[in-house]
Amino acid sequence: MKLPKFVVEKRSHLPVWLRVLLPVFAILLSFIFTSIIILFAKKNPISAFYNIFYGALGTRLGLMETIVKTTPLILTGVAVSLAFTGKFWNIGAEGQLYAGAFAATWVGIMKLPLPSPLYILLEIAVGFIAGALWGVIPGILKAKYKVDDVVTTLLMNSIMIYLVTAVLEGTWRDPVTSWPQSIMIATNAEFPKLIARSRVHFGIVVALVAIALVYILLKYTKLGFEIRATGSKSEAAHFLGINTTKTIILTALISGGLAALAGVGEVAGLHYHLTENISPGYGYTGIIIAMLAGLNPIAVVLASFFFGIIITGAQYMSRITGITSFIADVVQGVILLTMLGMLLLQEYRIRRAK
Amino acid sequence: MEAVVSMRGIKKVFPGVIANDNVNFDAYRGEIVALLGENGAGKTTLMKMLYGMYSKTEGDIFVRGKKVEISSPKDAIDLGIGMIHQHFTLVNPFTVIENIILGMKENGIILKLDDAKRKVQDYMKRYQLYVDPDSKIFQLSVGEKQRVEILKVLFRNADVLILDEATAVLTPQEAENLFKTLKILKDEGKSIIFISHKLYEVFEISDRIVVLRNGKVIGETSPTETNIKELAKMMVGKEVIDIVSEKSKKVGNLIIKVEDLFATSKRGHMAINGISFEVKSGEILGVAGVSGNGQKELEDVISGIKKPHSGAIYFNGQNITGSSPKNIIDFGIGRIPEDRMESGIIGEIPIYENIVVECYDSKPFCNAFFLNYREICKYAESLTSEFDIRTPSVNFPLRTLSGGNIQKAILARVLSREPRFIIASQPTRGLDVGATQYIHSKLIEARERGCGILLISEDLDEILNLSDRIMVLYNGKVMGFADKSELSREEIGLMMTGTKKEALNEVA
Repeated sequence: MKLPKFVVEKRSHLPVWLRVLLPVFAILLSFIFTSIIILFAKKNPISAFYNIFYGALGTRLGLMETIVKTTPLILTGVAVSLAFTGKFWNIGAEGQLYAGAFAATWVGIMKLPLPSPLYILLEIAVGFIAGALWGVIPGILKAKYKVDDVVTTLLMNSIMIYLVTAVLEGTWRDPVTSWPQSIMIATNAEFPKLIARSRVHFGIVVALVAIALVYILLKYTKLGFEIRATGSKSEAAHFLGINTTKTIILTALISGGLAALAGVGEVAGLHYHLTENISPGYGYTGIIIAMLAGLNPIAVVLASFFFGIIITGAQYMSRITGITSFIADVVQGVILLTMLGMLLLQEYRIRRAK
Repeated sequence: MEAVVSMRGIKKVFPGVIANDNVNFDAYRGEIVALLGENGAGKTTLMKMLYGMYSKTEGDIFVRGKKVEISSPKDAIDLGIGMIHQHFTLVNPFTVIENIILGMKENGIILKLDDAKRKVQDYMKRYQLYVDPDSKIFQLSVGEKQRVEILKVLFRNADVLILDEATAVLTPQEAENLFKTLKILKDEGKSIIFISHKLYEVFEISDRIVVLRNGKVIGETSPTETNIKELAKMMVGKEVIDIVSEKSKKVGNLIIKVEDLFATSKRGHMAINGISFEVKSGEILGVAGVSGNGQKELEDVISGIKKPHSGAIYFNGQNITGSSPKNIIDFGIGRIPEDRMESGIIGEIPIYENIVVECYDSKPFCNAFFLNYREICKYAESLTSEFDIRTPSVNFPLRTLSGGNIQKAILARVLSREPRFIIASQPTRGLDVGATQYIHSKLIEARERGCGILLISEDLDEILNLSDRIMVLYNGKVMGFADKSELSREEIGLMMTGTKKEALNEVA
């Protein structure tokens, strides 16, 4: 018997329905794959997924926690989306987040006699600048010296995280608890809570404003056009007079600053002090979110909420079913892989050869 | 005599287009058969079905009398059919030998590169396809790369060779060498299918000519039965007239002055060895030369993407040596690049953004921070109608247009800024007769307005037809200048292979 042959062809255009459907397929596929793993543990995958969603959305407390988790994810997600749009492969959102958290803590523990709104604005500004400076180093190395950005951004994560650990073990260690954590930031430096009896804080407003600004930046501004053109084809953009060196550096700067805001929010809105594990990998999840969202800032909000659900719900599910909450990490990893596969389908189609 | 390849009643339907309709086509042993037609006539589509890259909608293919189903290039290669594409499929960081043996079943686990090299060198001698076997692909000229492609196909024992617009990237001399090789192959009994839209070369080398128009076979003829004019009429469907410009009457001030320019190539050796020339307003200076003799480097240096080693470029008396592309654009220099898909456009972004990419940062297209998309679209729409760019909407990504329309969009972008000087490199390479005529007429129009033009082309006819003066490059040096009609085609050909103008008499 002759097996049917298949041919892979480049697509001439991508239908809109497919653009929407591909991430959905990716999520479904990852659920199926994760289910197989759960079955190996002799547990019921349907009950596991039901409990994830119930835990994240079914109760008031769950929903509030989901929003709390969504907040930093939106910021790292949009930071990575912007960077990838300009083909600056920023794998360093995690380190930039820590840079922001570090800077916000520094400002917060100075206990300045400032009115709260001003203090918060100062934290945000200093945090953004810290992340921007941390992000721009690999940007400059790439733009000026063609150093691989994937490697530099990734490695700089460790540098920043160990820097934070060093400071927390040393000069900033809280003298009262003697844990490796900073002292509390000033109360007038805390983000206000938005919803009573919940941990939902002002950070979500910061995140949504960031989404709106990035959307406008990419769609309507000169710099946005330069970022898109450079990302689309940098040799041509350079030939056609766009300063691609400057564009890559600015992309890295803004992306780093945005990721840092996630760290500012975690310190000033949630924990009020700095710890060495303030982020359980929000920076890396941001990469998955950006891919799932097709680098579209608006879709980043949806993708972040989805991951907020998975992360929050996994804890609940774990308590109910006894399956480890690390299954949330598996879902994340598999979604990244399936989404990368789906992206191939976005560019190519497979059809049966005649 | 039985045909080696016989295609019967072939039909190919793409969504919305019939690319081939009831086509019958045969190729025999020991012949060169030309498949002649304009771009979009369906020549390449037909051959891609024979090579297994496309599946046919209807019809049958017979190879040596046996009906076959070819569903991948691998099937085609197994049947002894090889195709040399217009765009090369070589691995750049690999050497010539590595590329030739890449993917062959016979390789085994440990590569026998020395054996392969000996065998390849035999082939090189036999077919006059000389390339340094240890060079890496990115170090080769376009003509050399093509030779590697042909060697690759021969090495796989192909006896049917399909060449898709093989001379589009070659110079007259390189093309002559290719033709020599093809004749050797033919004499060995191989079948050559030669896809082309260039009448002269088809006339020169083919034994038989099959003319395709709108996906159908219009007729079959041979160089002994017809003449070029008739052939052109068959191909286009109407009389064709080449645009030949009169010598410019309004040559004015000096626009561009290049002084003792030296520049290195990508390979690192000196590709331009002390070139000096001038272009005045209202004249077209044509640069003739075999590809890889410094034209690309000259283009890159003037375009601002390559810094020269030494020497100077003056624009209106101002030294602009080493300026950035942005500055070059702002001085009022228009660039039509050789590699239009790689440098000329950003294919994924819409047509309107491509049209303004050289001027989006000036009024009325922007303010301090924001772009004014309403003005941009209005401007793009007026240019698409002025330059006859056929597209349903300016919102489409530019890459979705045909080659001719893409080049018109580049032309629109350049000419709408009313440049004082244009460097146009291979402006009509790969374009059909209609688009070529259009581009030529627009360049002449720009000249009449007083623009100075440096025209770099590997198509010697284009140079002869359009230029007021001709500069011949060889090995990065100027072999001499000639006024319009001062020298014959043959004399320029001699200069292109390294004879100085002063020495022409001695050679002749």
